[in-house]
Amino acid sequence: MQDTGKLGRKVLPYALVLPAILFLLIFTIYPLLDMVYMSFTDWKLVQPAKNFVGLHNYRYLFGRSDFWNALGNTFYYSVLTVISQFCAATLFAVWLRKNTRINSLVRTALFTPHIVALLSVAMVWSWLMNEDKGLLNMLLNLLGLPGLRWLNSAETAMTSLVIVSWWKSVGYYTVIIFSALQTIPTEIYEAADLDNAGRFSRFFRITFPMISPQAFLCLITMTIGSFKVFETIRVMTGGGPGKATYVLVYYIYMTAFQGQFKVCLACAAGVVLLFIVGLLTALYFMLLSRKVHYQ
Amino acid sequence: MENRAIQQITPLQRALGTVFRALNFLLKIGLVVVFVFPFLWMISTSLKTYPESIAYPPSLFFAKPQWENFVMVWNSGDYLRYARNSITVTLTIIALQTLVSVPAAYAFARYKFRGGALLFGIVLVSFMVPTQLTFISVYLMFSKVSMLKTLWPQILPFGANAFGIFMLRQSFKQVPEELIESARLDNAGEINIMFRIMLPMAKSSLVAVTMFSFIGHWNDYFWPFVMTNTDFIRPLTVAIAQLRDSEHGNQWQLVMAGNVILVLPILIVYVFLHKKIISGFVYSGIK
Repeated sequence: MQDTGKLGRKVLPYALVLPAILFLLIFTIYPLLDMVYMSFTDWKLVQPAKNFVGLHNYRYLFGRSDFWNALGNTFYYSVLTVISQFCAATLFAVWLRKNTRINSLVRTALFTPHIVALLSVAMVWSWLMNEDKGLLNMLLNLLGLPGLRWLNSAETAMTSLVIVSWWKSVGYYTVIIFSALQTIPTEIYEAADLDNAGRFSRFFRITFPMISPQAFLCLITMTIGSFKVFETIRVMTGGGPGKATYVLVYYIYMTAFQGQFKVCLACAAGVVLLFIVGLLTALYFMLLSRKVHYQ
Repeated sequence: MENRAIQQITPLQRALGTVFRALNFLLKIGLVVVFVFPFLWMISTSLKTYPESIAYPPSLFFAKPQWENFVMVWNSGDYLRYARNSITVTLTIIALQTLVSVPAAYAFARYKFRGGALLFGIVLVSFMVPTQLTFISVYLMFSKVSMLKTLWPQILPFGANAFGIFMLRQSFKQVPEELIESARLDNAGEINIMFRIMLPMAKSSLVAVTMFSFIGHWNDYFWPFVMTNTDFIRPLTVAIAQLRDSEHGNQWQLVMAGNVILVLPILIVYVFLHKKIISGFVYSGIK
């Protein structure tokens, strides 16, 4: 290898990244562009002809209340999931920060749901949340409280799904933030102790700024993850009751592969989701470059 | 700090401290219960009889473990094939990802080359794009080349792991430059440097990345669900979702047995590797 000379040195990096870039171009970038293209046509899975129809699909979508409903549900679900996961993960990570035996046990316990398939989690929780025979309502009754309707009522179904995804993922993010905490040099805290800094100012002035790169990575992953919600909805509610838990991804799936196979409409809805993901990611990166403190 | 604390402690403060510590401990135990219980519930139910599983108020344990639940689930369909599909798909993805992602991450970390930033941009964008946006086009792509009846649609789209490239690049970057320079002085070739020096240094993140990928693809339901329309290429997750939609669907002990079968391989790996998985994060220090 050392004899390959100058040309070899120049070509080598391209040769090393080529396979990865090819896979990403074929299976991620091209499908995205294809989706955008199809969203401007009238194509259905069951008909061969593709005609250009301009913005027709978008006009149609934004005129439909079920699309707005899915958009609103996605928004509600994402905001609630991201905020609750982020706050809890940060709190847990700080709380379990010291390397004691009990803390390491709790961290492992918190992480356990992450290794279980979301599908299994959805099945177990749909049973725990069963209105008549579920364990959760039994516990509530034991405490003298009335049972909740959980997945059976439009008011509580979405929040129930948020609880399940919170339970599933909070440990994963706790571990990421915990690992970030480990990289903070202890001298900084010693200096703060000398200054008599209180707990809260220590957290907001030292801890949080020091872990902000990982915290922002968590926020991005959480946000994108919350848009992807599918398993819980398919297993636990099927989009119901009524259309109370129809989110964008479920809408895309149902439009493309069920009923009339309106792929073009599903693609237009996909472009809307892509637009939201892109916008939020750009926003996070803007905040990141302004706020984040690099060592 | 120590001195000040010792000086100021009064009996009341000491009592409050004990109460606080006890409360703290109880809260932590409570947290363990909340996060482990549903999982234990799944295992316990999978060993119950049908009447036990629907008893109200429910009992936490079974009278006698019903191993035949597992036999019944296993025989309710071609589970040997589903399991084989899951294993083939997951292992092939992991092998492919390692072959493809490690060199890419290495190049992104170590070389400055024209267009490198743009190409890394492609990696970052791909990391942000959920598979829920690409499945329609990918499905059509595979249908055009008539590969829908093979396992490839479940494998090839994950050939490059954008998250893995990102993580590994970080840990390659942390290898001190002097180490590489001294290897170069010893006339070690680029390939030699990559395998002998860089890869061992990045081992813990490679283990973490591989484990996460394994868990993610083994457990994945969405992708195989939308990519497969014949039974013989379906993995365990899809089979278990079908079990729940079938006439066995309200037999919770069977549904849970199916889920235990699904989680078992991961559980075994997790028991042995959980310290490594978690520390892979800690020491690779994603930044």
